[in-house]
Amino acid sequence: MKKKAKNIGVRADVNNRNKWCAVPYYVWMIIFIVVPLVMVVFFSFTDSDYHFTTANYEKFLTRGANGELIYVTTLLRSLGLALIATLICLIVGYPVALILSSKRIKRSDLLITAIMLPTWMNFLLRTYAWMTIIGRNGLLDTLLALIGLGPVEMIGTNGAIILGMVYNFLPFMILPIYSVMAKMDHSLVEAATDLGANPLQVFLRVKLPLSMSGIATGITMVFMPAASSFVIPNLLGGNKVSMIGNTIEDQFKSAGNYNFGSTIAMILMVCILLSMLIFNGKGDKEEMIM
Amino acid sequence: MKKVLSVLLLAALVCGTVLCTVGCGSGKQQLIFYNWEDYIDPEVLRMFEREYDCQVVEKLFTLCEDAYTKIKNGSRYDVVTPSDYMIERMIAEGMLAEIDVSAMPNYKYIGDDFKGLDYDKDNKYSVPFMWGTVGILYNTEKVTEPVTSWNILWDEKYAGQIIMQNSIRDCIAVATCKNGFDINTRVESELQKAKQDLIDQKPLVFAYYVDETKDQMANNAAALSVVWSGDAAYAIAKNDKLAYSLPEEGTNYWFDAMVVPKNAPNYALAVKFIDFMCRPEIAKMNLEYIYYSTPNVGAIELLDEEYTSDETIFPDMEYIRTKCAVFRDLGEYRGLYQDIWDEIRATN
Repeated sequence: MKKKAKNIGVRADVNNRNKWCAVPYYVWMIIFIVVPLVMVVFFSFTDSDYHFTTANYEKFLTRGANGELIYVTTLLRSLGLALIATLICLIVGYPVALILSSKRIKRSDLLITAIMLPTWMNFLLRTYAWMTIIGRNGLLDTLLALIGLGPVEMIGTNGAIILGMVYNFLPFMILPIYSVMAKMDHSLVEAATDLGANPLQVFLRVKLPLSMSGIATGITMVFMPAASSFVIPNLLGGNKVSMIGNTIEDQFKSAGNYNFGSTIAMILMVCILLSMLIFNGKGDKEEMIM
Repeated sequence: MKKVLSVLLLAALVCGTVLCTVGCGSGKQQLIFYNWEDYIDPEVLRMFEREYDCQVVEKLFTLCEDAYTKIKNGSRYDVVTPSDYMIERMIAEGMLAEIDVSAMPNYKYIGDDFKGLDYDKDNKYSVPFMWGTVGILYNTEKVTEPVTSWNILWDEKYAGQIIMQNSIRDCIAVATCKNGFDINTRVESELQKAKQDLIDQKPLVFAYYVDETKDQMANNAAALSVVWSGDAAYAIAKNDKLAYSLPEEGTNYWFDAMVVPKNAPNYALAVKFIDFMCRPEIAKMNLEYIYYSTPNVGAIELLDEEYTSDETIFPDMEYIRTKCAVFRDLGEYRGLYQDIWDEIRATN
C-alpha cells in the first residue's frame, strides 16, 4: 500500500516536470499558430479601418458579367485539381511504399533517400525546371520531335498544374504510408498466410487496413498544399488557370487587401478542414470494421 | 580516419562561422536597394560598394504594387524604384522622404523633359531612373503582316501564341487603348468593355507572364506579346527574328524613379547612391545592360549610335507626345480596377 502511494507520487512528479518541458512548445504554438489564426479571423471580419463587417464574405459571392460566382468557381477549381493530384499521388505512391516496405527490398533506406532527394532542392527551382521541360520548344518537345512526335501543349493547361503538384508532393504521400507499413507487425501477415489467405486477401484484409492511418496522413499532406498552391499555377499554368492560392496571393501582395485575402484564406481553411474530416472519418470507419 | 575528418569538418565550420561574424560585423554601412527584377547592371552596385566602402543589399519586386504593399506594411528600404503612378500614391500617403537634390552634383545630367512631371511636380521626392513604353514584341517569322494595332492581339489566327502582361495596370491598359479610351479611365462602361474584351481574349492567350516573357519570346515560344520596351530590346538582342512595335492607337509610356521611403534606415547613403546612379557613365552602363531608356542627358551623349538609333529604346518623340499617356494613381477607383482584374484572372 505504502509502496503504491510512493509510485503515484513519482509519477505525478514526472508529469509535472513534463508539463514544464512543454511550456516552450505552448509559447511557440501561441505565437506562431494561435495568434496568426486569430489575426486572420479578425481581418476577415473587418474593413480597412478595423470596423466589423461581413462585406468580405459577401464579396466572396460576387457574380461576374456572365453570372458565374467568380471566387467560388476558382475555389471549386482549386479543390478539384488538388483532389485529382491527391488521387494520382495515392495511386502512384501506394505501390511504391508497399514495395519499399517489403522485406525483400534491400537498402530500402537508400531508396527512400532517393525519393526524398528532390525535396532538398528549392521548390521554386524545381518548378522552374519543369517550365523548361514542358514549355514550348522545351526539352520534352525537342525529344519528341526526335522520334517524330508532335509538340505537346502543356503549359497553361490543368494537366501541367496537376503534373507540377504530383511531382512536388508525391514524397509526402509515400513517406507516411511507408513509415506505417515498415512498422507493421510482420507476424500478422505470416498468420494470415498460415490460415490460408492468398496474397490478394493478405493485402486487402491485413496490409491495406493497417496502412489506413498512413494513407490518411498522406492525403492530408498532399491535398492541403496542393489546394492552396500558387507558384505551380503561376509558372506551369502560365497564370491562365487561376487557383484560389493565386487570388489570395493577389489580395495580399498586389492589391494590399488583407481583409478580403484573409476571408478567402478562412473559407479555404474551412473547406480543407471539412474535406479532411470526410477523408479521415472514412479511414477510421474502415479501420473499425476490421 | 573518420574521426580526423569530422574534426576537420568541425574546425572548418567553426572558422567559417567566426569569419562570417567578423566579416559581417566589420561596421560597413549597408544600403538596401529595392528594385525591379532584372533592372540594373550588377557591376554598378559593386562599383558603388567599392567607392563608398559599404554593402549593397538588392531586394527585388515584380510589380510596383508589391513594393507598395511591402513598404506600407513596415519593410524598410533605402532606395526604391517604383513607377510614376505608384510614386504619386506614395507621396499622397506621406510615405516618401524629400530628396535634397542640391546635395547631388550629378542631378544636373537629368534632362529637363523628366523634371516637374505630373507624379512629382516639384521634383521633391523622386529622381528619374529609367523610362520606356509598353508595346508589342512579335516574332517576324510567325507574324508576317505588319503589326500596327492592338487588335492583332484579338486575332484568332494567333490563338495560343499570345503572351499578355500579368500586371493589373498594363493588362487593362491594352484593352482601353485598343478601344480608344483613356488609360486612366474612371468611366464604368469603358472599364466594363475593357474587361469583357480581356475575358474574350483569354482563350487566345498562351500565358500571362511578367519577367518570364522576354525569355519565352527569345525562345520562339509565342508569336506576340505585350512587353515593356527594355524587355523587348533585350529579347531582340538575343533573337534577331523579334521586332517591337508601338500600336497606332497609342500606348502607355512610363517613368521609374528613385525614391527614399520615410523609414529608410540610411538616408545619407541613399542620397549618395541616387547621385551615383545619375553619373552619366553609370547611367550608360545600366542602359547597355537592361536596355531601357535613360533620362540622363549626359549618358545619351556617351552612348554609341547603335543604342541611340534603336527605336525600341528611343522611340519617336512625336508619337510619344501625341499618342501616349502616363499612368495616374486611380485613387478610390483602385478597388474597381482590382475587382475587374480578379474577374479576368478567375474566368477560365
